[in-house]
Amino acid sequence: MLNISNAPHVRTSRTTTTIMADVILALLPACGVGIWLFGWQAALVLALSVGSCVLTEWLYEVLMKKPVTVGDLSAVVTGLILGVNLPASAPWYLPVLGGVFAILVVKMLFGGLGQNFMNPALAARCFLMMSFAGQMTAFPALADMTSGATPLAAAKNGEQVDLLQMLLGQHSGTIGETCAVAILIGFVYLLIRRVIAARIPLVYIGSTVLFVMLFQWLNGNPTLAFSANYLLAQVLGGGLLLGAVFMATDYVTSPITKGGQWLYAILIGFLTALFRVFGSTAEGVSYAIIIANLVVPLIERITVPRPFGFQKGGKTA
Amino acid sequence: MKSFRGGVHLYEGKELSENRAIQPIKAGKEVIFPLAQHIGAPAKPVVAVGDRVLRGQPIAEPASFVSAGICSSVSGTVKAIEERPLLRGVGDVIVIENDNQYETVAGVGDKRDLSTVTAEDIRRIVAEAGIVGMGGAGFPSAVKLAPKNPEDIRYLIINAAECEPYLTCDYRLMVERPEKLIGGIHVMLKLFPHAKGIIAVEDNKPEAIAVLKRLTAEDDRIEVRALKTKYPQGGERLILHVITGADINSRKLPADVGCVVQNVSTSVAVYEAVCENTPLMSRIVTMSGEGMAQPGNFEVPLGTKFADLLEAAGGLKDEPEKLVAGGPMTGTSFVDMRVPVTKTSGGFLAFLHDDVSARPITACIRCGRCLSVCPENLVPQILAVSAGYEQFDKFEDLNGMECVECGCCSYVCPAHRPLTQSIKRAKTAVQAARRAQKK
Repeated sequence: MLNISNAPHVRTSRTTTTIMADVILALLPACGVGIWLFGWQAALVLALSVGSCVLTEWLYEVLMKKPVTVGDLSAVVTGLILGVNLPASAPWYLPVLGGVFAILVVKMLFGGLGQNFMNPALAARCFLMMSFAGQMTAFPALADMTSGATPLAAAKNGEQVDLLQMLLGQHSGTIGETCAVAILIGFVYLLIRRVIAARIPLVYIGSTVLFVMLFQWLNGNPTLAFSANYLLAQVLGGGLLLGAVFMATDYVTSPITKGGQWLYAILIGFLTALFRVFGSTAEGVSYAIIIANLVVPLIERITVPRPFGFQKGGKTA
Repeated sequence: MKSFRGGVHLYEGKELSENRAIQPIKAGKEVIFPLAQHIGAPAKPVVAVGDRVLRGQPIAEPASFVSAGICSSVSGTVKAIEERPLLRGVGDVIVIENDNQYETVAGVGDKRDLSTVTAEDIRRIVAEAGIVGMGGAGFPSAVKLAPKNPEDIRYLIINAAECEPYLTCDYRLMVERPEKLIGGIHVMLKLFPHAKGIIAVEDNKPEAIAVLKRLTAEDDRIEVRALKTKYPQGGERLILHVITGADINSRKLPADVGCVVQNVSTSVAVYEAVCENTPLMSRIVTMSGEGMAQPGNFEVPLGTKFADLLEAAGGLKDEPEKLVAGGPMTGTSFVDMRVPVTKTSGGFLAFLHDDVSARPITACIRCGRCLSVCPENLVPQILAVSAGYEQFDKFEDLNGMECVECGCCSYVCPAHRPLTQSIKRAKTAVQAARRAQKK
C-alpha cells in the first residue's frame, strides 16, 4: 500500500515529547540541589506535584472521553515547575491542590496543551500564594542558618548578602530557586539543545536590573540603585533566574515573534522591578510573568515581522 | 559566504545517486505527452489519431503567449488524444505507440554556429524546441528570455543549487556535460548584452564547482559562485538575494531587478536546441530513495511511463510506503505507475518509511520554530490558524500570499502539523476568489 499526502514528505525527528523531556532534564539539577538542601520533604513535594498534574490530566481526559495525552510529558513539566516553586515545608495538600488547579482550571478547561493563556504552574503558584500565604512563605531554615528569611528579603531591608552563598544555594527559598548554578546548568543545556533561545531570559534579567536601578533612584535610594551587591542579589535571589529560564520561556504563553519576545521580556522585567521595589513583599516574578502572559496576544498582533522582499511601511521593494 | 535568513538543514541523501553516471534508457511501448506540463495555457495538438510521427517532430504547439509546444521523443503512431492519469488527477495527453525505430526528423543533431544566429532566432528556436524551466516550475523559457528591456538585464543566474534532498540530475549534468551547460549560458548571454552569467552551486557539490571553475577560468562573462548548503537555497527569491542582494516579493519578477534565472537542465536544453538543432525530447531523471533497488541518474525520453522507467532502472526494493515525483520537500506523492516523465520530472523517489504517516499530528505548542525557519519571514503558525478558520482577510493581511511553499515549517514542526499544506490551501482559495472577482 502506498501513502499519499501533500508535500513536504519528510519531517524532523524532534517531537513535543522530546522537547518536554529536554525541559525535564534541564530542571533536574535544580530539583537535585533542592532535595540535597532541604531533604526528603522536598522530594515529596516534587513527587506530589508531578503526580497531581499527571493524574489530573489523565482523569480529565478519561472522564471526558478524550484522547489521553499524558505521554507528551507536558504535565510532568508543569508539575516539576510548580514543585520547584513551592517551599519544601509545604503540607501535602499544597502541591496536590496546585497541580489540580494548574491542569484542570488553567490548562484543560481552556482546551488543553497549547491553549492555556497563562503558565499553568505559575497560575497555580499564585492561587496558592493567595489562598495559603502563610504556608507558602514559611521557608524552612537551613541547619546552619539563624532565620528563614530569604536573601532577597534581607536585601530589601538594606542588608548586605553573601553572593557566593546565593550562587550555590545555601539559603532559604523555594525548592528550586536557591541555587543559581543549578539553574544555569539547565539554561545552558536548553540552549545547546536549542529548546529555547537566550533572548527572553537575557532581556528579562537585563531589563529587571535596569528598572530596579531606575525605581530605586526614583525612590530616593541612589546608593541601592548603584550597589553591586544589591543588584546582584536581585539577579540571583528569589525566583528571577528560575522564572527567566523556565517560565518566561514557556512556549505556549510567550510571543512567537522575535520582536514580541523583546517586548514581552522587557515588560516582565518592568513588572518584576516594580513589584520588588514598590511591592509589599520582596518577590514579584510569578505575578510579573502571568500578567505579561495575558498581553501576549496583543503583543503578537503588533509585532508581525515584515516579510522578505518588503520594505518599511509595507511597500514592495 | 552570504546566505539567507531561515531555512533548514536536511538529510541530503545525495550519496545514494551522486556518483552514478547518467545512463540512457529507451521509452516503452506507449509514450504519453501531457498537454499541460508547463505553466500557462495547455499546448494544442497538431497531430491527429492515426498519424505517423517522427522523433523530434512537433506534436503540439503553444496555445497562447505563455505556453509551450511539445516534440515527440520517439517515432511511431498517434494512438489516442484523451484523458489519462497524471500526477495530480487526470489530464489531456497525446499517446504515441512507439515503433522502436527512433526514426528522426531530418536535420536534428546538425551543428549550428552560434555566431550566425540572432537574438530573434534564439527565442524562436527555444520556443519551437518546447523548452520550459526544468527545475520544477515549468515556466516557458522563451517567455523568460524575452524581458521588456534585455539591455537592463545584469545577471543571468544559473540556479545550480539543487537544494532538494536526493536529487542529483543537475549535479550529473554539471560534472558530465559542463561544456553544454556553459554553451547554453553563452547562447542566452547573446540576448543580454550587459549581463554576466553566474552559475550558483551549493557548496555540497565541490566537484561540480571545480570543473565549472576550471572551464570558465578564462571566461570573463561567466562566474561560478559557491552557495552555503541550506534548504531552500534554490528558491528563486533566495538565490537572487544571495547573488545580487536584491530582495523581491511575489509581486515582482527577477527581471524587475535586472535578473533572469534559469536552471541547469534548461541551460543544457537551450544549448542543444540552438547549437545542435535538437528540440527538448529527453531529460535527466534521478531515481533514488531507500526503496529504489539501484539508485541512479538516467537520460529518459519524455513521455516514458514511470513503470517503464522503473523497470529499466532496476525496480523497487522491498515494499515502499511512498513514491514521490520530485524532491521530498516539494514533490508530489503518487500511486499510479502509469504517470509519464515530463519536462519537469527531476526525479522519482521511493521511500521505505513515510515520515508523515509515522508521526501523528499533535497540538501546537507555539514553539515558534516555524517562524524561525520561514525564509519569507512569515508567521506560519498564525497563518495556519487563520487558514483553518477560513479567515482569508486576516490571512492576506499577514502576507500569507507570499508563501513559497518550501515546506520548511511543516518539516520542523515538533507537533507535525501540516502548516505548509494549510497555507497552500488558503492561498488556492484566495486566488480562486480573486479570479472570480475579476470576472
